[in-house]
Amino acid sequence: MERRTLFPGRALPAFLVLPQLAITALFFLFPAWRAFVESVRAVNGFGLNARFVGLANFAALLGSGTYRATVLRTLLYCTAVTALAMAGGLVLAVFADREIKGRAIYRALLILPYAIAPAIASVIFVFLLQPEIGLLTGVLKQAGIDWNYVLHGGQALGLVILVGAWKQVAYNFIFYLAGLQSIPRTLIEAAALDGARGWYRFRTMLWPLLLPTTLFLLVVNTVYAAFDTFALIFALTGGGPGTATETMVVKVYRDGIINLDLGGSAAQSVILMALIVALTVLQFRYAGGRERT
Amino acid sequence: MARLDLRGLAKSFAATTVLHGIDLALADGEMVVIVGASGCGKSTLLRLVAGLESPTAGRVLLDGTDITDTDPSRRDIAMVFQNYALYPHMTVFGNMEYGLKLRGLPRAEIARRVDEAAALLGLGPLLDRRPRQLSGGQRQRVAMGRAIVRNPKLFLFDEPLSNLDARLRVQVRADIRRLQRRLGVTSLYVTHDQTEAMTLADRLVVMHEGRVAQIASPVEVFDRPADTYVAGFIGDPAMNFCPGQLAEGGTVAALVAGARIPLPEGRRAVPDGTRILLGIRPQHALPAATPTGLAMTVELIEPLGSETLLHGRLADDTSFALRIAGPPGPLAEGIALPVHLPPEQLHVFDAATGLRLDAPPRSGAAPVSGQH
Ligand SMILES: Nc1ncnc2c1ncn2[C@@H]1O[C@H](COP(=O)(O)OP(=O)(O)OP(=O)(O)O)[C@@H](O)[C@H]1O
Ligand SMILES: [Mg+2]
Repeated sequence: MERRTLFPGRALPAFLVLPQLAITALFFLFPAWRAFVESVRAVNGFGLNARFVGLANFAALLGSGTYRATVLRTLLYCTAVTALAMAGGLVLAVFADREIKGRAIYRALLILPYAIAPAIASVIFVFLLQPEIGLLTGVLKQAGIDWNYVLHGGQALGLVILVGAWKQVAYNFIFYLAGLQSIPRTLIEAAALDGARGWYRFRTMLWPLLLPTTLFLLVVNTVYAAFDTFALIFALTGGGPGTATETMVVKVYRDGIINLDLGGSAAQSVILMALIVALTVLQFRYAGGRERT
Repeated sequence: MARLDLRGLAKSFAATTVLHGIDLALADGEMVVIVGASGCGKSTLLRLVAGLESPTAGRVLLDGTDITDTDPSRRDIAMVFQNYALYPHMTVFGNMEYGLKLRGLPRAEIARRVDEAAALLGLGPLLDRRPRQLSGGQRQRVAMGRAIVRNPKLFLFDEPLSNLDARLRVQVRADIRRLQRRLGVTSLYVTHDQTEAMTLADRLVVMHEGRVAQIASPVEVFDRPADTYVAGFIGDPAMNFCPGQLAEGGTVAALVAGARIPLPEGRRAVPDGTRILLGIRPQHALPAATPTGLAMTVELIEPLGSETLLHGRLADDTSFALRIAGPPGPLAEGIALPVHLPPEQLHVFDAATGLRLDAPPRSGAAPVSGQH
């Protein structure tokens, strides 16, 4: 069912979409255009004049080992966050789907992390895991773990993966729970009477029936991990130590704003934009498909 | 194949009690049909047997083994659901082999059994299709096939025909009966359609608000309903009930409508003056040519082709229906039609309890009992 409202003429509809178009132009089209312009120019060391350099910025990026390392790191980060967040959401949804006492409270609590701003989420984890005064740091130290994510790159990457996943679990939980609840009860009951139990029942019934949800979430989570985790990483580690937690979006910021390599940063932005467009097309495929059914 | 024993099975959901202690025993290979109005607890009873709900009290025994607390997956019971519950992501073959694969049967044996069941149900050409590519009737057969390949101890059917059109329903009904006889699997079948119940059942269980009203063969339920509920529920059009009281040593019913109707079978073991309901089916009451002391004012005439249904009222305003063979002829709405009630077709019920009042059996005659 689709509801449509029709406005007469052309002036009124144009007027109504104008604010949104203005916002899009001001905050997206204009910066995108600037990024594109900057990506084909080079500014001299004093920032005094810029000259056209064609695709040289792109060539330099693709030839650079650090950029390739960043791309690989981003891939690893996206895979880890997506896998953890989806697995977490699925497991919690499977449990929440059962008839348990206090189910409403349990569900509300699970959804809560999604409502927390990324920077706040980071602060919470800093409270817990800060190398000197974190609440859990002492426990880890006693367990013999030299916990210091400010020094150890591996730990830092682990931490931003964990926090990134933690924040997204709630989103996946909601979708998986909705998916599970749209599976007719009698199907599960029929499978049970056929002798299916536990893991087998999950693998042969629930999992295949959740496949559309999984595909949809796969795209959404990848987009999230690649682009929406900037604030979170920036607040936690700022991309460091070194480049240990520097994903592609973080590198754009560091190269452009901190290191003032505007051309290189702009070229990275253009690459990211191309990626977003590709992922958005994918997302609309699945999201659109879901809405139509 | 197995015997099923239900002992005092009760079920409550929070404050509402849905089943009040059901006792029922199914012999090996027997087909028992549970019939009752919507909401009387039929599905709940079936789900208790399947293990999809756990009872508040009572036991379920299969072949003498107590399975009350056994997980449904270990009960070896197959169920055909009202909406069929076919696995949408599997082919017909996949649906049918699912339960067999779980039992670890060799591939060849699985294929043989699925093919055999498919042949029995005419599903051969459909094995590669998905459920959504099937018609309602075909889906129903796949659901049956999925149940029979497993060769379970017990079949449960929860209104398996209610989603089919009337013509198909008659055909599939006969198919189910034939199949059940041939396989000899003990079956418990739930329906609210009394024709289905009468034609399928070895024995019929009439349920009323979570209680068993009567368990008997279909013929017995029809001929000797245990109470007014069963009498009114089984038989279409429904039985007429005329209020009155017993007189002359329980051999005569003095109706409020005025007539004194002689009863068969001699005296009943309740005192004269007991308030009763005298029941008679519309097809058993006869129009009379001369006044009988009982007359019906005809209000509506429904010609049904080979027969005619007359609706009207008696002198005391009790509604009364009468079914006569052939066309209405000279009958017209508004006339007063004398009615004759043949004694051997009468049913006497206690007006207070609704229970059937029979005369005690004469020596030599078979004992009658409405209720087991
Ligand atoms: N899970 C439940 N929670 C609360 N009440 C329930 C539940 N399941 C069934 N009931 C109630 O139990 C009663 C019997 O339900 P049941 O489904 O057994 O009826 P039924 O005889 O199968 O009816 P129908 O012919 O309509 O299928 C109904 O009043 C229903 O509202
Ligand atoms: Mg039901």
